[in-house]
Amino acid sequence: MSEDLGRHRPSGPSAVRLVWVFPDLLSTYGDRGNLLVLARRARLRGLPVEIAEVNSDQRVPADGDIYLLGGGEDLPQILAARRLAAAGPRVGLAAAAGRGAVIFAVCAGYQIIGTEFGGVEGEPVPGLGLIDIRSGRGERRGVGEITADVDPALGVERLTGFENHQGVTRRGPGVKPLATVVTGVGNGDGTEGAYSGRVVGTYLHGPALVRNPGLADMLLGWVAGTLPPVDPRHEDLVLRLRADRLAAQGPPRAQ
Amino acid sequence: MSTSSPPSRRYSLPLRARLATTVGGAAGRASRLAGRGDGSVIGGVIGLRLKPDLLSLLARGRQVILVTGTNGKTTTTRLVTAALGAMGQQIASNAFGANMEAGLVAALAKAPDATLAVLEVDEKFMPAMLEKTGARVVVLLNLSRDQMDRAAEIWMLARRWRAALAAAPGCRVIANADDPLVAWAAGQARQVTWVAAGQRWHDDSWCCPNCGSHLRRDGEDWYCGECPNRRPPVRWVLAGDEVIDPTGRSRPLDLALPGRANRSNAVIAFAVAEVFGISATQAMGAVQQVRSVAGRYTQVERNGCALRLLLAKNPAGWLEALDILVPPPVPVLLAVNAQTPDGKDTSWLWDVDYRRLRGRPVFVTGERKLDLAVRLEADEVAFRMVGSVDEAIDVARSKSMEVIANYTAFQQIRATLGRVG
Repeated sequence: MSEDLGRHRPSGPSAVRLVWVFPDLLSTYGDRGNLLVLARRARLRGLPVEIAEVNSDQRVPADGDIYLLGGGEDLPQILAARRLAAAGPRVGLAAAAGRGAVIFAVCAGYQIIGTEFGGVEGEPVPGLGLIDIRSGRGERRGVGEITADVDPALGVERLTGFENHQGVTRRGPGVKPLATVVTGVGNGDGTEGAYSGRVVGTYLHGPALVRNPGLADMLLGWVAGTLPPVDPRHEDLVLRLRADRLAAQGPPRAQ
Repeated sequence: MSTSSPPSRRYSLPLRARLATTVGGAAGRASRLAGRGDGSVIGGVIGLRLKPDLLSLLARGRQVILVTGTNGKTTTTRLVTAALGAMGQQIASNAFGANMEAGLVAALAKAPDATLAVLEVDEKFMPAMLEKTGARVVVLLNLSRDQMDRAAEIWMLARRWRAALAAAPGCRVIANADDPLVAWAAGQARQVTWVAAGQRWHDDSWCCPNCGSHLRRDGEDWYCGECPNRRPPVRWVLAGDEVIDPTGRSRPLDLALPGRANRSNAVIAFAVAEVFGISATQAMGAVQQVRSVAGRYTQVERNGCALRLLLAKNPAGWLEALDILVPPPVPVLLAVNAQTPDGKDTSWLWDVDYRRLRGRPVFVTGERKLDLAVRLEADEVAFRMVGSVDEAIDVARSKSMEVIANYTAFQQIRATLGRVG
């Protein structure tokens, strides 16, 4: 299981293996940013990185550490779900999830990893069932800046991002919301995103890991254990961007 | 106006429409005098309020050409106008990019006697504008991600185009066969001139718009493995720096405007001209001479530095803009805003590959310069943040500089430089 991954690592730092799933179909909202930020923040800690960008006509490897799925329009989303499901439960992404690899999915990708999502006319389309969530189509599109306070158990600072979706997502038992919405729409019930074990989903672009380095470090930490802090010189711009975006949302609500 | 000239089209308009254009025109002049914009929209807005069907009335009896797509609308509108100049007629045009209904109204009202109109139209409003103008020709350039917070989904847009063109059998469509979304959108139109105008940005067309399967690409060709959807046979071709006309004759384009995207726009302009009986030979000279369009591609001298202004609003546009930069060590200034016309989501910055800016001086400005700075840092591009164009010029101490800006950032820079071009 996933807990063993860290212990079985050789003494020197082994590479963090990042797998970007189907960038040809699921990369509508700058999703490369999430990949680049994970790679950058790993390297800033002296961790080597291996990156696999896997297009939809290729096989998804099962031995990655962190899998990224991005946003997409209806047709690419349905095609991506179909192709991932067709691989079967014992290989690729499903196998990786089964052994506890980290999965971080955004927007259309977030919906795909659930059990069901809404198709072109809102009809239910089967998802991959890697996390017990169901998404359908809401009445109107949620478009705009979003801020949300992360589940305190995760120890990550307030999220800032941009959302653009018409999805409404409900969680099954055992799945927790990633965050509570401060401003914006999120899942549609006052919560934003979801996580269960090491499977995490969110509606945030921005991209999410760019504006929320704490979230990126959480994912990296799940793979590589405790991370040393980043040299402030390498983080200054990102922290200014965060402050800029959070300030643009007006004064934070009393907590 | 002398009494011997033919009666103005304007007086064939109903009284209320005449009043609406007169009041609108006065408001446009007032707006220009007040220094608020170029005055082309406010007049149209007022006119439409007085007479909601003003556009249909103004378009009546004219041959209207609508130009739409994600990138290249304004430039192509200008090139088509230049190409049709060979007909020797007055042409109405919204040459400065006011491409919603009020802008179209203003352009037509300003040229009551023009029997031809070349009108750029926002891609989201094309179906409505087609219906209102009864356009003779619709030009479809390309479709890619842009202002996604307003446009929602590109495929939905293509679907609306497809339905609108299917319902307009009298309209000839000039369409880029190399863009699968555009080809599908034009697929049910009765009359289509297909142009191999190229597609630099592929990342919004990996999915068959017809059936949702994976689209395959083989060089320039594309086809769906699951349904009959494939690249249609083309009549006009952009081949490198040359245009190949329907007779198979190839000739160099040699445009004053830079870049592949503009060669593509020029070939489209020739295909439009053909509909009106004008050959590429007749149109070539005028098309070649267009050198700046609504401030774009303009060279401006500022404090001893020659600035060249390039507009890029979305990843496909940035790709084309980065392609035409003059080589290092000439510095580059990048400016990004995220106001409503720009799209408020800056995620698209991560769709652009900035690595080719490594190794030359790069300056970053605009209301969202921090987003851009973080982006460049991730691509390991060295840069410096500045508060203004002038600061960049001061620091760079270079004889020339390339400027790439998105929409409102571009307008702000133009305003700083005194509305050049």
